[in-house]
Amino acid sequence: MLHLPILRKGRPYESVDKSVTVHHRTREPLVAISQANPGLIRRDMLSLPEVARAMAGFTCAELIALCEKAAVHFMNDSLPLGGATQSPQEYVEQLSATTGLPHVMVRRNMEKIGGVMANMSSVLRGLTRNLDLSILDTGYGEDNRTVVSYFRRGDSLGVVLPSNSPGVHALWVPAFALKTPLVLKPGSSEPWSPYRVIQAFLKAGAPPEAWGFYPADHAGAGEILRHCGRGMVFGDVSTTRKYASDPRIEVHGPGWSKIILGEDEVDRWPDYIDLMAASIAENSGRSCVNASGVWVPRHGKDIAEALAQKLAKFQPRPADAPDAEIAPFADGGVAGRVNRMVDAALSEPGCRDVTAAHREGPRLVEFEGCSYLLPTIVWCDSHEHGLANKEYLFPFASVVEVPQASMPEILGPTLVLTAITKDPELKRRCLKYQHIGRLNFGAIQTNRIVWDQPHEGNLFDHLYARRAFQAAELQTA
Amino acid sequence: MSSSNVSVPAALKAKIAATRAKLDDHVLETVDWHFNPKTGTPFWLDYAKNILKWDPRKEVKSYAGLNKFPLFEDEWLRGGPVRRWVPKAYAKMPISTFETGGSTGVPKSRISYQDYRIDYEMFSRTLPDKYFPKGADWLHVGPSGPRRLRLAVEHLAQHRGGICFMVDLDPRFVVKLIKWGEMAMMERYKGHVIDQALTLLKAHPNVKCMFTTPKLLEALCEKVSLSKMGITGIFCGGTEMTPQFHRFAVEELLGPEIYFAPTYGNTLMGLAVHKEPTKEDNWAIIYYPPMPRAVLEVVDPDKPEDLVPYGGTGRVRLTTLTKEVFIPRFLERDECEREAPCAKFPFDGVRNVRPFSRFNTSVVEGVY
Repeated sequence: MLHLPILRKGRPYESVDKSVTVHHRTREPLVAISQANPGLIRRDMLSLPEVARAMAGFTCAELIALCEKAAVHFMNDSLPLGGATQSPQEYVEQLSATTGLPHVMVRRNMEKIGGVMANMSSVLRGLTRNLDLSILDTGYGEDNRTVVSYFRRGDSLGVVLPSNSPGVHALWVPAFALKTPLVLKPGSSEPWSPYRVIQAFLKAGAPPEAWGFYPADHAGAGEILRHCGRGMVFGDVSTTRKYASDPRIEVHGPGWSKIILGEDEVDRWPDYIDLMAASIAENSGRSCVNASGVWVPRHGKDIAEALAQKLAKFQPRPADAPDAEIAPFADGGVAGRVNRMVDAALSEPGCRDVTAAHREGPRLVEFEGCSYLLPTIVWCDSHEHGLANKEYLFPFASVVEVPQASMPEILGPTLVLTAITKDPELKRRCLKYQHIGRLNFGAIQTNRIVWDQPHEGNLFDHLYARRAFQAAELQTA
Repeated sequence: MSSSNVSVPAALKAKIAATRAKLDDHVLETVDWHFNPKTGTPFWLDYAKNILKWDPRKEVKSYAGLNKFPLFEDEWLRGGPVRRWVPKAYAKMPISTFETGGSTGVPKSRISYQDYRIDYEMFSRTLPDKYFPKGADWLHVGPSGPRRLRLAVEHLAQHRGGICFMVDLDPRFVVKLIKWGEMAMMERYKGHVIDQALTLLKAHPNVKCMFTTPKLLEALCEKVSLSKMGITGIFCGGTEMTPQFHRFAVEELLGPEIYFAPTYGNTLMGLAVHKEPTKEDNWAIIYYPPMPRAVLEVVDPDKPEDLVPYGGTGRVRLTTLTKEVFIPRFLERDECEREAPCAKFPFDGVRNVRPFSRFNTSVVEGVY
């Protein structure tokens, strides 16, 4: 069996306590993951200020160069994996084995992570709004003819990671280039990506001290978030709620991402069905940037039918199929529970599973020993129905009719909103609405992410703060 | 107890048999004491008369005979009158009551006269003098108040010729802080406890031995090197310890100059001592009970009358047999693996005790 060690300041440590993650299909043990006890994590974190001081000795340019080198290793090389090695293909297969994500989707996510590492310079330009990064090296300087000074808000970034989709790892990687040591708690079935990212950086020559990899239970995760200077947590509502009011922690919960069509565009809805379907179903609907709602002023039932017809064609395929469109649940029991939840909500009046009429058989299906939830489009009579604003870990979306005058306020918190309209008033209201994390005007998929346009908080703002600053040497005569 | 499913050397077999015979004698003595109308415990006398409707003094002939009793229900220990648990023979003796639980509702009470002294004197004999020097002073940092530890650790220190300094921790308050989500306040409270401990350690160089809990030990070691503070022996208990914690404590928190003595104990049992770790144990924490005063067995959770095989996982079943307290066949809220007898402990032990997984509740162990 493979073994993934803890990485303490980049150095492997084999714990006595290990958790075993199984192959989702065969249920055979695949990897033993060393578990860090909370005291060990806390003890290592005592030295983070020292590590942060060492990181400050690197220039941003040097760290960006390391990111670019690491990207090449991440994408192409065999890298250490405990006592073994892992080729890029093995990474794809192993990640797929424990999460259920088809190879083709893993590869797309891999490219996303590798892309952020390779393009760190432009990612940081976006995050810092084109700040001259040498200002972070010296602590102050002139930016756009203004004297500015930035300081780091904490000595480390602790990240409690999810297992649903590896694309999220692109979010924390820039912290390294921003001179911040990382303390990572991987998801129990997706330790592969953060481990491989770290190994790629170590091979590129990054300081090992900057990297902590601590598989752990909830208590360990809590220690990381309590003791890191800054934190980031991914999870469902119950996980993220307790950190919602902690300004040190950036919370990444459910997205409730949506697409709206304005009065001016809604009659052209057939032109946007492909965009809607892709927003809902790409990456098997596992991302917070996947759309879970299509809200329109009219034609709702037609749109729901068209989406249902299109998505009902999705069928489970082998994990290595190049045209795999949907992922199984790594734990079949979870698929059953989610399916029952959806059915229970559908039993409330005012809602209909439109896909049911288009697919042959039930929503929950078994294929090669795995449980899949097939894409589901529901039509809701009212935005107040229990399913109108729900997000699940499979391609699921509700279609709702609401008056344009009520949008976007009626949408509630929305991580990504694609507003297909040219109506200046609707666009103005969307721009004003504070509960949208990422706003797309026009025909842009909700899941098309431009990494220099961060949503759910800006990592640079999370890690750095600006202070008022004057220096005699910079004052003009 | 059964050793039928391991191959046992003859010498150890003889030891096991002798221990078993001693246990059988001890059971007869204990049952006779608690069910004798002159010396007996009011609760048990009443129970035999009105619930059992048979005389344990006649029916119980050995340890196995205790299987005739139903499982002990710890709920019986909640509320009064607490004197129903005082054997008539001790009615005029100075009696203490020790509590367990009680974060919400009525705590469970166990009366005590001398047991804690006897148990801790027995435990004292297992401590190496090199690391727990006679005459050295002690520091207790952990739950005290209504708990047995308060008097027991002090007695241990006195029994070994030392004086015990005390820093109190109120676990019920910690439980509340966690339930309220006041994690920052919990950290501050922990800091308050640790600060007091550090002050005492700095002020009293003769303190060489400590009792503390796993979490407080971690917190102390984040502040100072206990070795540099002159500590040579740590007696640790109160909450679950994992094998990984065991290794971490020995390798990183304490180092080679400090002896680490993990224990498993509670108000109802007394104190189970740990077996010295060997390489083969891979940091498993193996405890043996204070036989014949207490017996720990590992039973099938669905059929608690059946022991699991050696190495098998099951629920801990405790039987306490002292003149002060008789607790037959109590199912603890813990699970573990069943450990075979060894030369030093020729009776069953328990390995890697942890909260019983079927209860499926997260145990609140924030600070203590």
